[in-house]
Amino acid sequence: MKQAIRISCSRRNLKVVRDFVGAYLAGQQLSEVVVNQLILAVDEVVANFIIHANAEDEKQFLDVRVDVRDHEFGFEIEDGAISGYSPGSYQEPDLREFVRVGKKGGMGMMLVNRIMDRVEYSTTGEHTICRLYKTLT
Amino acid sequence: MKITQHATDTTLTLALNGELDASSSVLLDTELSKPEILRTQKVLIDCQQLNYISSAGLGVFISHLQTFQDANVKLVFFNMQEKVRNVFEILGLDSLMTIVPSEADAAAV
Repeated sequence: MKQAIRISCSRRNLKVVRDFVGAYLAGQQLSEVVVNQLILAVDEVVANFIIHANAEDEKQFLDVRVDVRDHEFGFEIEDGAISGYSPGSYQEPDLREFVRVGKKGGMGMMLVNRIMDRVEYSTTGEHTICRLYKTLT
Repeated sequence: MKITQHATDTTLTLALNGELDASSSVLLDTELSKPEILRTQKVLIDCQQLNYISSAGLGVFISHLQTFQDANVKLVFFNMQEKVRNVFEILGLDSLMTIVPSEADAAAV
């Protein structure tokens, strides 16, 4: 059964999304570690959309949808505007270099890519959509 | 996120309570940025009540690690929940940072 939530682009709503995803996954007989991983993957994408794509403009909104079919968990994060956020050129960072230079950001998509089976971005009309998939048996 | 501090002559212990995400990590960054922290020998992070960490929280620790090492300040995590430790492991940060089971182990580092 698909469920959805709409939030405005505020960091305060990261917790709202995590609780929404956590509540959906609570009935899916998954381990605490796996549930946390899936929540984390969604949280990272939502944070990117809120902070980088929408510059925390609370007039903008995101739609988050979750679904499971045949053991495949799907998460859809839709930006209400063309975000211009393109992780297509993303390359895994060297974390030892991050430590050396004291870099704070840039690890979110590394986590998402390592947790999920598939990460897809698309632009439809004036909306940017990120879809995350993970099969768990 | 609530941060409780306990200091001795040589050690600063920060007990983290709550969720460390892109919203709350600013508070931790402020604590770890205080100049006096570099005068201690060891910073212990009590993770028993840390229920969640995202890349923003990890980034705060990473961004201070080199400064701590340059100042000979050890950064040690203990009492970490399995689901939180798993996030460190996904990125291989468990090999870059010192994570031990208990406070006694942290004191012995």
